[in-house]
Amino acid sequence: MTSLVTASAAAAGAGPAYAWLLVALPLLGAAVLLLGGRRTDSFGPLLATALSWASFVVALPLLFAMLSRDPSERAVQHTLYSWIPVGDFQLDAGILLDPLSISFVLLITFVGSLIHVYSLGYMKDDPSHVRGEGRELTEWETSREPSDRRRFFAYLNLFVAAMLLLVLADSYALLFVGWEGVGLASYLLIGFWNQNRAYATAANKAFWVNRVGDMGVLAAMMAMFASFGALDFATVAESAPEASTGLLVLVGLLLLLGATGKSAQFPLQSWLGDAMAGPTPVSALIHAATMVTAGVYLIVRSAPIFDSAPTAQTAVAVIGAITLLYGAIVGLAKDDIKKALAASTMSQIGYMMLAAGLGPVGYVYAIMHLLTHGFFKAGMFLGAGSVMHGMKDEVNMRRFGNLNAFMKITWVTFGLGWLAIIGVPPFSGFWSKDGVIESAFVGEGIKPWLLGGAALIGAGITAFYMSRLFFMTFHGKARWDEKEYHPHESPLTMTVPMMVLSVGSAALGLILYFGGFKTFLEPVVGHAEEHHPVLPVPVIMGLTLALVAIGAFLAYRQYAAAEVPVTPPEGSWATKAARADLYQEEVNRTLFEQPGVALARGLDFADRSGVDGTVGGLSSWIASASSSLRRLQNGLARSYALTMLSGVVVLLGAMWVMQ
Amino acid sequence: MSLVNYIYLSAILFTIGGATVLLRRNAIIVFMGVELMLNAANLAFVTFARMHGSLEGQVIALFVMVVAAAEVVVGLAIIIMIFRSRRSASIDNVNLLKA
Repeated sequence: MTSLVTASAAAAGAGPAYAWLLVALPLLGAAVLLLGGRRTDSFGPLLATALSWASFVVALPLLFAMLSRDPSERAVQHTLYSWIPVGDFQLDAGILLDPLSISFVLLITFVGSLIHVYSLGYMKDDPSHVRGEGRELTEWETSREPSDRRRFFAYLNLFVAAMLLLVLADSYALLFVGWEGVGLASYLLIGFWNQNRAYATAANKAFWVNRVGDMGVLAAMMAMFASFGALDFATVAESAPEASTGLLVLVGLLLLLGATGKSAQFPLQSWLGDAMAGPTPVSALIHAATMVTAGVYLIVRSAPIFDSAPTAQTAVAVIGAITLLYGAIVGLAKDDIKKALAASTMSQIGYMMLAAGLGPVGYVYAIMHLLTHGFFKAGMFLGAGSVMHGMKDEVNMRRFGNLNAFMKITWVTFGLGWLAIIGVPPFSGFWSKDGVIESAFVGEGIKPWLLGGAALIGAGITAFYMSRLFFMTFHGKARWDEKEYHPHESPLTMTVPMMVLSVGSAALGLILYFGGFKTFLEPVVGHAEEHHPVLPVPVIMGLTLALVAIGAFLAYRQYAAAEVPVTPPEGSWATKAARADLYQEEVNRTLFEQPGVALARGLDFADRSGVDGTVGGLSSWIASASSSLRRLQNGLARSYALTMLSGVVVLLGAMWVMQ
Repeated sequence: MSLVNYIYLSAILFTIGGATVLLRRNAIIVFMGVELMLNAANLAFVTFARMHGSLEGQVIALFVMVVAAAEVVVGLAIIIMIFRSRRSASIDNVNLLKA
């Protein structure tokens, strides 16, 4: 990347003054599409796509301007306006452009724009357009149909804007606005086909599980505000080293809770599989390439806190290691192509979390794996969408097979993504994942052996399940009915983004590794001292590649060379457990849902019998007492007069007695 | 003649007035009962003023007369309006305030 420095001389001096456009452009798109109503039906999707690209175009000169500056002066902060001024307390909304955020901005705008283009083709025959097949459409359906696509693009734009706000924010408070924004967009898009009840439930589930994580971020912000008095990254980074370790560990663990929610890490991983209910481009953009990596961004952005709180840092690495194995094991047994990819996403983000929990040694590999993963996983999701497009939305891989003969472009692009994710050199996944595995082996005592071992085994399992996915889909005997299915290649709007992403899957690792990404990121994440893994680097690399080769070979033997049964075999207890997502639902249900429901019932009972009983009893007693008092009001003026007279007599009598 | 006799007379007049108000139905008669009570009170005021040799009681008696005159005007007007609408001056028939 340093080689670009010379090319950027022309753009030198361009400050971040117009960086707000990055967020504003897609936000404008969302506003126009949502407020414009059906008037924007005809041009809305194109406008949204154009604005997303415009955001990318704005990002380019910012990158060049940054590269033209000295590495120590690359981070620029630009205050937009005073957000919350209260007495002595000032909270400004500002943009922080540094090597870390610009990397994210480029990933989000580039992959996001490609997926906008892809969606133009993919959503063309959105189920909501064809759901009237075989019957007359009702007036309501006709009125809704065209607007659905516009709504989809509006949400996509909203997502891009929120995600950019998340990574560009210069304080935790503004980051949280973006954080909630992407959560909202994710919810809206998972439930995009909300006429299907299960999909709407999946959206709710994602939203609720994320709330748990958001509570963590909120609590972390409160703790930071209470002790540092500010929420902007600069002040927090300045005060963190002097703060007490206990506080830092607390803040770190709370931030980790937030990250596990957003990034579908153990123990808040259960929503990601169901989130595949959304349209495939959404799965590619939000639930593979960008939003789910926000947790990793949060951890890396909070490096000053985690570096001073080793306990919290270890917790991050352990969560990462657990999730990478968890996702890999679940991925082994899934027959739904999107759910298998979702499990793989979970596992790959586990790698990133593991790296982010290793300190300065790992940060750079976490971000690098995040970027390469953004390309190859988005590419594979788009490939899966292309397969579904040609196979009437079939997702069961046992019904695929031999599709390489019908979808050449999808096959090749997906194949490049597959080679990248299993870490075959020189494809991009190799460079980043190998870096993660090597860093996991750095350290003393038993920790490097456990973390490194998990990463190593994870690489082998990844190779097996991704090869299984690839071979089951594209190779072996065709297991679909030729009369029913007519597989065909997707239109250019879909294949071109896939091709671009597959180029990224193939080459991005090389570019980042040899282009000096490590030194580029150093000003933000700190310099890592020379480190030596507990095993020699060539041994680690050799072991990784050997495991990958074994995994891929086993998958080939079982799923390409041999016949794949169309109905899934019963399987051992382990297979059953993996198919059931290692019983995550059951665990959640027993640990959280049932006690929660019991508590709610108890509270309801106490409320109804205790509180309502007291209040209701009192009020009904007063009501009955006053209805008997009411009879005194008989309307006879003479009896009123008698009452008054007796009152006066009683008063006078009382006064007389008292005297 | 002792001044106390005036007080006795005042008490007797007040009792007659109160009994009239409580026992008679005709609104005009009731009204007269009220007037009788007011004047019994006036008599008591004047007597006490005389007893204590101060003028306050006499002044208050004048005030009561003025207020009573005003009240008669309003009260009779109300009674006439009720009589016009109900064709009756019995106060037991005017019971719309019954709960």
